[in-house]
Amino acid sequence: MDFEVIVSDALRSGIGPIAAVYALAAMGLNLHFGYTGLLNFGQVGFMLVGAYGLAVTVVTYGGAMWLGVLGGLACAVVLALLLGVPTLRLRADYLAITTIAAGETLRLFYRSSWAEPVTGGVYGLQRFANDFYDLNPIPRGSYGVWLVSFDARDLWVLTVGWGLVAVVGALLALLVHSPWGRVVRAVRDDETAARSLGKNVYAYKMQSLVLGGVIGAVAGMLQAIQVQSVSPDTFDPAVTFFLYTLLVLGGAGRILGPVVGSILFWFLLTFLDSALRQAIEAGYVSSELISTSEVGAVRFALVGLTLILLIVFRPQGLLGNRKEMMLSER
Amino acid sequence: MSAEDVPGVASPDVGVSAEAAGRLAGTVPEPGVRKPDPLLVLDRVTRSFGGLTAVRVDHLEVQRGTITALIGPNGAGKTTLFNIVSGFDRADSGRWSFAGHPLTGRPAHRVARQGLVRTFQLTRVLARLTVRENLMLAADGQHGERLLPAVMRPLWRGQERETGRRADELIERFRLQGVRDDFAGTLSGGQRKLLEMARALMARPIMVLLDEPMAGVNPVLTQSLLRHMAELRDEGLTVCFVEHDMDVVMGVSDWVAVMADGRLVAEGPPHTIGQNPAVVDAYLGKRHDEPGTAGDPGPTGSGDARAIGDEE
Amino acid sequence: MRCPRVLLPVLALTLVLVAAPPAQGQGEVSRGRGFGARLLQSLVDGVQFGVIIAVTAVGLSLLFGTIHLINFAHGEFVTIGAAFAFFLNVSAAGPGWHLIPAAAAAVVFGALLGAAVDRGLWRPLRARGTGLINLFIVTIGLSLLLRHVVLVLFGARPASFAQYDIQNAIRLGAIGITPRDLTVTLLSVAVLVGVAVLLQRTRTGTAVRAVSVNRDLAEASGIDVQRVVLVVWILSGALAALGGVFYGLVEIITWDMGFKLLLLMFAGIILGGLGSAYGAMVGSLVIGIVAQVSTLWFPVDLQYAWALLVLIVILLVRPEGILGRPERTG
Repeated sequence: MDFEVIVSDALRSGIGPIAAVYALAAMGLNLHFGYTGLLNFGQVGFMLVGAYGLAVTVVTYGGAMWLGVLGGLACAVVLALLLGVPTLRLRADYLAITTIAAGETLRLFYRSSWAEPVTGGVYGLQRFANDFYDLNPIPRGSYGVWLVSFDARDLWVLTVGWGLVAVVGALLALLVHSPWGRVVRAVRDDETAARSLGKNVYAYKMQSLVLGGVIGAVAGMLQAIQVQSVSPDTFDPAVTFFLYTLLVLGGAGRILGPVVGSILFWFLLTFLDSALRQAIEAGYVSSELISTSEVGAVRFALVGLTLILLIVFRPQGLLGNRKEMMLSER
Repeated sequence: MSAEDVPGVASPDVGVSAEAAGRLAGTVPEPGVRKPDPLLVLDRVTRSFGGLTAVRVDHLEVQRGTITALIGPNGAGKTTLFNIVSGFDRADSGRWSFAGHPLTGRPAHRVARQGLVRTFQLTRVLARLTVRENLMLAADGQHGERLLPAVMRPLWRGQERETGRRADELIERFRLQGVRDDFAGTLSGGQRKLLEMARALMARPIMVLLDEPMAGVNPVLTQSLLRHMAELRDEGLTVCFVEHDMDVVMGVSDWVAVMADGRLVAEGPPHTIGQNPAVVDAYLGKRHDEPGTAGDPGPTGSGDARAIGDEE
Repeated sequence: MRCPRVLLPVLALTLVLVAAPPAQGQGEVSRGRGFGARLLQSLVDGVQFGVIIAVTAVGLSLLFGTIHLINFAHGEFVTIGAAFAFFLNVSAAGPGWHLIPAAAAAVVFGALLGAAVDRGLWRPLRARGTGLINLFIVTIGLSLLLRHVVLVLFGARPASFAQYDIQNAIRLGAIGITPRDLTVTLLSVAVLVGVAVLLQRTRTGTAVRAVSVNRDLAEASGIDVQRVVLVVWILSGALAALGGVFYGLVEIITWDMGFKLLLLMFAGIILGGLGSAYGAMVGSLVIGIVAQVSTLWFPVDLQYAWALLVLIVILLVRPEGILGRPERTG
């Protein structure tokens, strides 16, 4: 087994574009779940409409890329309103059920033969981010430190990605420490009390849902841009559960929770993946037991197990305050 | 039990205001009576759950600047009436207004913004906000509560400082300095009651509705809460509170309204209410619409009969 | 007052039927038969699908009614039931039983799984003071874990049972149904009637209903709530497994069949009224019919999407569902 390769893979993944994508999407989810108490189990739906909003505008309708970005954001707003209007006056469970169903239904819808003329069906759409790569100021070549290196293209994506994480993080930090954030946190703790003090709870929940959804859409676009392709099956419902896992890992209701969570999550996941594959190839793990093609599934299963263990033993995650967490037990 | 056991005489006097009582001096003690300067006016408010009529109040006025107690046995509909007025429950019919503005069917947050703020029987503190944040949350008209200005700190920094100052004043007034920066979820039951009352004041209300503020509170704290209520009234606030223990009511209130089986059965100054036959019936579990009141043409007898007549 | 409420979904359905003109040239609809005959056939298919959804959904709804938990891993209980029967029936590593004993064993396995989740997860977590919202997330993690364990063990390829696989349809006038599908439908109806009898006529059933209405009151009047909850978990697991076998029989067994069914179950449960067992039955039936009838106008790959549409419309119009009580949405 080659440990250098494993560590290098893991580091690349932990600071790479995909970690930035998940950090962003989880920041939106953090606004929903960590700060407002909205149980959104379909964040992947927002990523999907964001990515497709961009791709469809550019590829199907020949629009400019900036127009596509606006289109993606608009789709997220519409989706949030569509989900929020019927459910946000009801108990938290209804939003959970509706969002999980919406996320999966959107995937089925976008991949259906019926939508194929617009969305490309199961094949999806490709090559819509040329404008983005044309803007790349980094000269060709490979850049690296120690075990990790990125080419100019990846470096450009991840610079923009982490740049967005920083901007969104700063924006959210300003927000949650403002009177607006105080109201939103009050809604999370007890919406009846917030209402009795003159706060329009429904409006705040809606604002939070829209804003967090838009952040999810930005994450979806970044993911689509990174591979210059969208396909419906990358937006599996499991993505949302990955987001929950890394959010709880980092600490829900903490600005840096999703960032720390995402980096660590992708580092560990890739480390495990890479190590497992190598162990199977080297014969340390019998391929009768787990074949290399099953490593992906094992990985998902372990994420599920990790999520359970985290909630049971460390619901506050790495950055949270256990005492504060215990106060919210309902 | 006999009629003499009905509570009402031996109660601690924490300060009935001569001024407030004076304003109600000429008011006839009968249910639904008009008051000289009513702040809250309810008209034919009804609410039923399934087949059970929880509230059926023909007319009720709350005088500005007084402490009005709303009493009655368990299940009389007091809390339901509070919930309706504060926008937390829907009435089946009826109209009500506050300070001259119609309030019928307004959602809870709009009611609070009009200056009518309530508390809850089971305290509702915001567990993961500090005591100070709990108070600051309640301040009205905060610019930073809107999404766009929220990210532009200079727009609300001054106001926030002022809000913090007011919160600190209330923290001192309600003796919560020791827990100022603790999460409200860690407070004791008594501290939560104080916090809730302070928080209601932070919203700069014209009137507060306190739902059983003294329930489950020790005698020392009860006295403290009653004193706070009297002070608030003396500062010009109108207070209406629900209580089912008549003892507690006597010392502090200027006016008492009595509910039983969803109806308003009696009204009057506290010292007269204990002798009122309708109240006696209500507390002894006797149905108020059975004879009894008819054979006793007391001060409220006619009013009571009228109310029943209207309803049937 | 009862009548118009039950009529609501029927009305909605009629509206869909009238409003949408039959699609022209969709391959699967132009078989040369009259529209009436095709409508009749899809209604029969819908009822068949609906009762299977109902068998799986009743347990989910009962669980919500008694402990207010939305078990997002319920779909995996369904898959595991089908996969376990497949193992006993078909798998090279299994004993190669006939499907009927294999199905019976799968139901027992499902019941044990339900009991294990109650004793091993739900009860200890409640005792630790884990909040309900966090428990939702635990079931999400459990779902991810179980689904991918099934993927590793069962594989990604769809499969069928060894018996009753290919049959000729019996023709009854315009409609056709295979003996297998007819048997499954009748068995499902029998099971649903059985559950109703259990709830209405037995002491245990009365206790379950009492706990649903008011847990504290039930406890105060001497009902062993812990035992009732265990019974509901067992029932829920057993019914899910049975529904899984049924679905695998009339359709196909896949590693993610349960998750797909879960969304339909949610739609059915919300349509019927969250927490009401009979609501779940009625709602599921409607959802099954909507899914099948929609294929008259729309492509088959969109049939599940209509279930979500129904869900959102119901939440907008009557969030407590057709048989639910308004208090539940509070």
